[in-house]
Amino acid sequence: MTGAIPLETRVPPSRIAPTASSGGHVAMEGGVIRLGRGAAAFDVVENIDLDIAPEQFVCLLGPSGCGKSTLLGAVAGHLTLHRGRVSLDGAAITGPHPDRGIVFQQHTLFPWCSVIDNVAFGLKMKGVPKRARLDRARDFIAEVGLAGFEDRYPAELSGGMQQRVEIARALITRPRVLLMDEPFGALDAQTRMTMQELLLKVWSQHRTTIVFVTHDIDEAIFLADRILVMTPRPGRILDDLTIDFARPRQRELIADERFTKLRHHCLTLLHSDRNSLPLPRLTPIGVPTGIV
Amino acid sequence: MSASAAASLAPVAARAGGPARLAALRLLPGRRIALRATSLLASLALWHLAASGKVDLGFISFRNVPSPAEAARAALALVRSPTLWPHLAASLTRVLLGFLAALTAGIGLGLAIGRSRLASDLLLAPLEVLRPIPAVAWIPLAILMFPSSELSMAFITFTGALFPILLNTIHGVETVNPRLVASARSLGAGKAAILREVILPGATPSIVTGAAIGMGTAWFCLVTAEMISGQYGIGYFTWESYTLQNYDDIVVGMLLIGLLGMGSSLLVRQAGARMTPWVSAGAQR
Repeated sequence: MTGAIPLETRVPPSRIAPTASSGGHVAMEGGVIRLGRGAAAFDVVENIDLDIAPEQFVCLLGPSGCGKSTLLGAVAGHLTLHRGRVSLDGAAITGPHPDRGIVFQQHTLFPWCSVIDNVAFGLKMKGVPKRARLDRARDFIAEVGLAGFEDRYPAELSGGMQQRVEIARALITRPRVLLMDEPFGALDAQTRMTMQELLLKVWSQHRTTIVFVTHDIDEAIFLADRILVMTPRPGRILDDLTIDFARPRQRELIADERFTKLRHHCLTLLHSDRNSLPLPRLTPIGVPTGIV
Repeated sequence: MSASAAASLAPVAARAGGPARLAALRLLPGRRIALRATSLLASLALWHLAASGKVDLGFISFRNVPSPAEAARAALALVRSPTLWPHLAASLTRVLLGFLAALTAGIGLGLAIGRSRLASDLLLAPLEVLRPIPAVAWIPLAILMFPSSELSMAFITFTGALFPILLNTIHGVETVNPRLVASARSLGAGKAAILREVILPGATPSIVTGAAIGMGTAWFCLVTAEMISGQYGIGYFTWESYTLQNYDDIVVGMLLIGLLGMGSSLLVRQAGARMTPWVSAGAQR
């Protein structure tokens, strides 16, 4: 690994003007997602209704394989619904679009692009001239605390730094929804906490709707306005919790009594079905071996 | 290079519990270069012993094989003769022409076959039939199809270089992480942009490997190709020496082809490494 980054997140004051209400409204009615073909086909999620308000931070919480990532994939437009309807601000979702940015768990930066070219990618696709897009990318890189790493390749960065780049890359096109699939799941506990704080900080500057998939209860409570707890296959929404801790939130929140109660509640929900075997992890683009 | 070799060898030395002197010797920098030079020298010595001793094992005989010294004399004569450069230039032109054509066709077809099921269904079957056909079998058709013998020779080197490049391109395209494609689509990339910005760079390391192998096989087909030649070329020189029973020159021609093939593959690899700086960036981590 090259270069160290201070453990504490030092995010300079944003040079980018905060955007006025840019969050989108995500809705799903009676969503069923079927994966696999023929006799091997199975319904990953069943009859899902979602109604996510603009600029809400929603966590989808559930055990591995419960279909939360699959659900995210349907909102991203990488998977199509078998039945039902999914929409952004009323318009049906038919495929991927930069309005709905996505951050995967790991290894989805373009390995052949430097950090700055990765971050500027979305603007390049929009046809923004090179100079303008690199300037803008530089600002976003500084905002996620990676100033000085613009010319590095992803392989030269630690896992946490790579996820910072992912966040900057997904946000630069000003998506109306940011979809995150266990983005900190592969990081060590310390880095994960730093990243959670960083995400909240960046989100306070770039308000957008966030749908965040995780199986980490503490992470969900710390980040979300609202938690949707899911059951394992076929995935259904078991509970809808409102988390109204004041923002900005501090790490000390974890010790709060209400936090502990919420954690206990979620634990009980997730373990009510403890006899079932753990299921293989699914991804927002289908079954792990599948090709888009 | 030598550091990683030392690192991987150190535990072996420790486990063997050999004398410390031996372990120290193993860690010497430049040890691999020395080993390679030794193996080359040993090969030369074996050749010399077999050829000068006129070894005859019944099923194989070195009675008529020229010795290294005889080959060296013949090589010196070739270097001093005015025909070396025309021989080299002719062969280089043919190989380069065939290789560049194979590169273009191999990458183009490979991208199409790797990306599109339709292209794969349409193109793969006939290509699989053509693939096992050896260069020498192409000679008559090459003469019939191309009005210029230069073109038919380039075509034969082309058939040699095409398949390694094609197959490696297909492999490279197919192994591009589908999540990278998904990311690009979510960032607004259309079909053409995905091909240009994701598939092509993602497949490049594999294409470079194919190109380096293809460059080698292009030289491999050179003697076959230059059987058609009337005058110049290293392959022609080698073949001609056989018909004239100049056994020393045959060995010189063979070695020249070997050296040129190795050198040009190396150049392709180096150019490829320069085109894919992220690969070594990852390895250094």
